[in-house]
Amino acid sequence: MIEFTLNAEPRRVDVEPDMPLLWVIRDELDLTGTKFGCGIGQCGACTVHLDGVPVRGCLTPVSAAAGRSVTTIEGLRGDHVLQRTFSELSVPQCGYCQSGQIMSAAALLARNPAPDDNAIDAAMSGNICRCGTYVRIRAAIQRAAEELRGEKPA
Amino acid sequence: MTEISRRAFLQGSAVAAGGLVIGCGATRNTAPADFAGSEGMSFDAFLKITSDDRIILQVDKVEMGQGTMTGMATLVAEELDIEPHRIELVHPNANPAFQTPLQITGGSNSMAGRWQTLRESGARAREMLKSAAAERWGVESVQLEARNGAIVDPASGNTLSYGALAEAAARQPVPGDIELKPREQYRWIGREFARVDGPTKLRGEARYGIDTRIPGMLRAVVVRCPHAKGRLSSFDASQALGMPGVHSVFEISNGVAVVADRTWRALRAADAVVCKYDLSESRGISTESIRAEHRRMLDDAFGAPVTGSGGTVEPSNPEDLSRSLDVVYTIPHVAHVTMEPLNCAIDIREDRVDVTLGTQAPDVIQHAVSRVLGRPRREVIIHNAFLGGGFGRRAFPDVAIEAAEIAKQVDAPVQLVWSREDDLANDYYRPATTHRIRGEVDADGNVARWDHRMVAPSLIPYMAKGMGGVLAPEWMAGAVDAVAESVAGLVPRLIGPILATEGASELPYRVEKHRFDDLFHDPGIPVGIWRSVGHSHNGFVVESFVDELAHQAGRDPAAFRRDLLGDDHPRHRAVLDLALETSGWSTSQSASDEGRHRGLAVHESFNSVVAQVVEVRIDDDREIHVERIVCAVDCGTVVNPDIVRAQMEGGIFYGLTAALKGPITFENGAAQQSNFHDYEMLRMREAPRVEVAFVDSDAPPTGVGEPGTPPIAAAVANAVFAATGERLRDLPLRLPKNA
Repeated sequence: MIEFTLNAEPRRVDVEPDMPLLWVIRDELDLTGTKFGCGIGQCGACTVHLDGVPVRGCLTPVSAAAGRSVTTIEGLRGDHVLQRTFSELSVPQCGYCQSGQIMSAAALLARNPAPDDNAIDAAMSGNICRCGTYVRIRAAIQRAAEELRGEKPA
Repeated sequence: MTEISRRAFLQGSAVAAGGLVIGCGATRNTAPADFAGSEGMSFDAFLKITSDDRIILQVDKVEMGQGTMTGMATLVAEELDIEPHRIELVHPNANPAFQTPLQITGGSNSMAGRWQTLRESGARAREMLKSAAAERWGVESVQLEARNGAIVDPASGNTLSYGALAEAAARQPVPGDIELKPREQYRWIGREFARVDGPTKLRGEARYGIDTRIPGMLRAVVVRCPHAKGRLSSFDASQALGMPGVHSVFEISNGVAVVADRTWRALRAADAVVCKYDLSESRGISTESIRAEHRRMLDDAFGAPVTGSGGTVEPSNPEDLSRSLDVVYTIPHVAHVTMEPLNCAIDIREDRVDVTLGTQAPDVIQHAVSRVLGRPRREVIIHNAFLGGGFGRRAFPDVAIEAAEIAKQVDAPVQLVWSREDDLANDYYRPATTHRIRGEVDADGNVARWDHRMVAPSLIPYMAKGMGGVLAPEWMAGAVDAVAESVAGLVPRLIGPILATEGASELPYRVEKHRFDDLFHDPGIPVGIWRSVGHSHNGFVVESFVDELAHQAGRDPAAFRRDLLGDDHPRHRAVLDLALETSGWSTSQSASDEGRHRGLAVHESFNSVVAQVVEVRIDDDREIHVERIVCAVDCGTVVNPDIVRAQMEGGIFYGLTAALKGPITFENGAAQQSNFHDYEMLRMREAPRVEVAFVDSDAPPTGVGEPGTPPIAAAVANAVFAATGERLRDLPLRLPKNA
């Protein structure tokens, strides 16, 4: 039995310790916002936060989450500033990669409230989008950062 | 409501309340019974208004990212006078009412195809609501107005919501002639507002096929022979069967199915299945052998090997006064790579079969599953989820055929999930093609000759598989399938590789002697429709070659194109001029001061014309960096400028990935790339801002989802030539090191 906190709630799962966190979240705990894209940590669709740090759920064995805190897209509860700015700028197209994009971007803003384009590119280049929403993601992160810094009224 | 429909997409596919069901313009007047319900008007339906004021729209063109939900809602909302965001959107089941002739989303045809239909649908509902209100108030309906979801009588101040009028409206006669709003009265068309499907996708709540959950559902993974034309001879599942959660392992027509209680356990157990294959027919099918055969066929066609510049790269030679060119372009296989790997969930019950997936072609899926399971089509219900990317890949029924074969042998609902490795190894790839062109400019700068021969496979045999009988009456569908599959192999021999020739067989440019021939060669690697199809490679070839001729003639590539377009192609010229103006083409080649060089391309596809100007920088390692992209488009009426802009961005980056990354290569019929580590995608740091400019037009909308893709590779190659004097004729574009 492995215990961890998922979106601020205690959870227990009885699975192989090497089952990846992605599949525990999706198949055992039925939270489907975290997506499967490649299984080898190359696309970022499965990005979640482990104690606030972005990790690839497909490469993180659930045992590594024991006793720790996991946050998924559902844990942002729809009221994260990025979820609003991404919508305002119509970032998502097919939308499949967007949970991972938001989670990577949220982690970036948490450690760097004023990222320039290079910092954004560096933090976000682990997340693949096949619809080509990159330029809008960059703009939506900038807008969210400005709002967080109070440069524009939210 | 069934369990499935409660889970279904946007939870709107079954509406209990009585209401008004409206719809017209589809091909047949059969009522989708699941939508109309017992109290609805029983004809073909797009739109429903319930007595509790829900406005529900069935979008038969599916949302795969291209913004079709927002666009469709806009058309109806415009005529109904409501906010587009108020409309609930659902994907319908497969239904002949939506077949035009297939119920397919593709060909950049959604807005073009539904522009008239959905505005009429909204207008008709509006008039029937007015009639109902007029009857209630004892006034003439002409004095009434539709305003923000209510019918208003300005004279009396009476107001009733659409919902309150819906039932009475449903009994009104359907008006024949209806007046659509003139352009100057548009409230929504032509305006920018946020996509309707954004918030649900950003909260992680949008349901894709892979998110399907059915109580007791098992998960399946299929181990397929990775070699084209290979066959399974035997397999050993003893180890897999002993692994945790594994339910069963058995053979299906396309490989070995591994069924387990959890996706990851099925994926892991699949790795433990040991398969032996008969590869006698796969041997020798390689990228190299395909290319050699293409070259041989082109040599034969021209009666001689390539003379001048057959190699991929050669430095420009200002001393060379020859005005003729004889060159070869090569296009490699590339994969679609939808971010959501293919998947399909099937729940077989006594009276119905529920199939949940994201598909571009629900009728094709329904037909395929009905054939595999031997169940009538009406019992096979397609629950179409959001699509995590389509790009043409999700028009094929292969995943549903596999899932149905598995479901048949498992006594539980089952979901088949493909891995990324499955996706890259089993795609219907964009075909590899080879092009040889001989061209000549005369002393006055006219194109005296343009002789283009291409070698390509045909997509038809691969598309016919499982699709042939979709349009046939059900009792003969099986026979039609069989005939279609056997005849499909002959089609390319009779009519050549159609679809591969679009965008090359006809030129917008004035050419004295134009010839285009297609030569058919199918090495046996499955190929299919890939965003913009033939245009995706022909845009590169034609727009690179016209650039070569411009340089050969010593002309500015933009001015050269303008002259060749003449007055016969005003849309091309307008788009070209707009791109030049927006990019500042004529005012400065001064971008080169900053080490940036410009390239240009213009191409028509799906009835839209797109011109692109790019600026590239070549670094010290001779890597190509695209630093700026300007895109001008004429797509008729722009329904939502921001969505069209997004589609240009998306189409460009899709094309830019294929221009700079990849390719898929084959050895013994097997793809040599397996996942994103060796089949790279464009990433954010490589994606510059895209400036999009629109040609003002009040013509009906034309394609948007695909036309951004074809010009980009040529624009980049032309910019690389401007920067280096080296002409890259092979995709992906790579400058040789230390040249």
